[in-house]
Amino acid sequence: MTWIGDNLGLIWEQLREHLYLAIVPVILGLIIAVPLGYVATRYAWLANPLIAFGGVLYSLPSIALFIVIPAVLGTKVLSTVNIIVALTIYTVSLLIRNVIDGLRSVPPDVRQSAIAVGYGALHRVIAVDLPIAVPVIFTGLRVVTVANISMVSVGAVIGIGGLGELFTLGFQKDFLTPVVVGVVLSLALALIADLILVTLQRVLTPWARVATPVAEVA
Amino acid sequence: MIEFEDVTKRYPDGTVAVDKLSLRIPSNQITVFVGPSGCGKTTSLRMINRTIERTSGTISIDGDDINGKDAVTLRRGIGYVIQNAGLFPHKTVVENVATVPKLIGWDKRKAHSTAMELLERVGLDVKLAERYPAQLSGGQQQRVGVARALAADPAIMLMDEPFSAVDPIVRHQLQEELLRLQRDIGKTIVFVTHDIDEAIKLGDNVAVLRVGGKLAQFAPPAELLANPADEFVRGFVGQDRGYRALTFVHPEALPVKPLPDELALQDGVPLGWRNGSEELLPVGSVFKRGDSLRAALDAVLTSPTGCGVCVDDNGKAVGVIDQATVAEALRS
Repeated sequence: MTWIGDNLGLIWEQLREHLYLAIVPVILGLIIAVPLGYVATRYAWLANPLIAFGGVLYSLPSIALFIVIPAVLGTKVLSTVNIIVALTIYTVSLLIRNVIDGLRSVPPDVRQSAIAVGYGALHRVIAVDLPIAVPVIFTGLRVVTVANISMVSVGAVIGIGGLGELFTLGFQKDFLTPVVVGVVLSLALALIADLILVTLQRVLTPWARVATPVAEVA
Repeated sequence: MIEFEDVTKRYPDGTVAVDKLSLRIPSNQITVFVGPSGCGKTTSLRMINRTIERTSGTISIDGDDINGKDAVTLRRGIGYVIQNAGLFPHKTVVENVATVPKLIGWDKRKAHSTAMELLERVGLDVKLAERYPAQLSGGQQQRVGVARALAADPAIMLMDEPFSAVDPIVRHQLQEELLRLQRDIGKTIVFVTHDIDEAIKLGDNVAVLRVGGKLAQFAPPAELLANPADEFVRGFVGQDRGYRALTFVHPEALPVKPLPDELALQDGVPLGWRNGSEELLPVGSVFKRGDSLRAALDAVLTSPTGCGVCVDDNGKAVGVIDQATVAEALRS
């Protein structure tokens, strides 16, 4: 316990880094996956190859990616950019499927009437298609956020791993306390992040909580 | 007036959905496109707001080619109602109705108050305004669909099988309400249905289309029933077209007889027929003065005594007619 008291500064620093490394890729991934998913619904032949490619990307071992990225991007081995790029790749590969499924969940008669009342193409996507896709997109967002929070720790192997660095510290000194602190805090982080996303989703989709879910109508 | 001139729609695979369609849709009336599936009626309708682009020919509205302006602007000026309403599930009822006014830049308050007025106009309780479409019945959703189409006061309203997914009782109500509404607003309505009864009931003019997208006949319903252009139209309007044609016969003064003692009344409203037992026999259907001969004949046919009851606007019985009276009217 005294270790915790003596190292509050370190713990706080690692927690902040962990959060940063996990969340920034989620945001970047979403920004990339939404337009990509939209293009895939416009050109239907793109959808399945994209989803399959996403699956392949996601199956790449994270350590390999952490090591390969500096070589490809020319970044320093100890740069946080490596982790962010790697996790963004995972985020996009996972979210792309949800974005495509979400946009496909827009019932055809709703899309048809959106066109007929006079929405322009881009306006329709923003005002009609994406809001209706929110529940499906959020399902993916929750999975990917929790996955990222757990994956950041792996970065500790190459020296940037947020709370994961508490694991390496504990193992090196054969000392359990930092490991427990790391585990408890990443678990708490994942739970809180998920709770925030659920709340955000409920605020964004008051309509999805009434009677019939959209999926059944479609 | 909406004018089709030699309009053809051919799909890339060679299917011809509409074949050299030429017709004039008069303003401020209801024109119905009717025909079996595959006759191109929906395609023809959707070419008017360019949600389907035609292959050749021209469509003009009041003399202006619809390709003269951009498709999005064109659509904002044309109301559109489809089967299952196609309401936006993530918007409340009032937001759905206010969609087009907001798209064309009305301020929020005006869009909202117009939407509320329209909800009342189509017979919806304004308490439903803040609900989401999933919380409404099919009939209510369809009313919202009509309100949404009318919100920006377009001159033209396109309706694509709007009432075919609701049950027969609600369909009947919605049809009556559309006719009542149309008497007030006098829009140019183009209505698509596969149901010839609906076409006859609603249309000022009916265009019968045959498979392959060819126009078989374009005429007011009474003429369609009296003089079908060919075998196809005769078959399509059905076996009992003679009976249906009675819908358009309005005997000016069908002589009614005084109410018989057997008819039980409450405050003048017919309750049933006495036949000696405790229970009353049902009245049967009733008709009003000025109703069609079809309604009068139906009252006679459904009454257990063979006497059809005539009522006034308040539902109070004013007299009866019997089979002889109807037969006499049929002869004249």
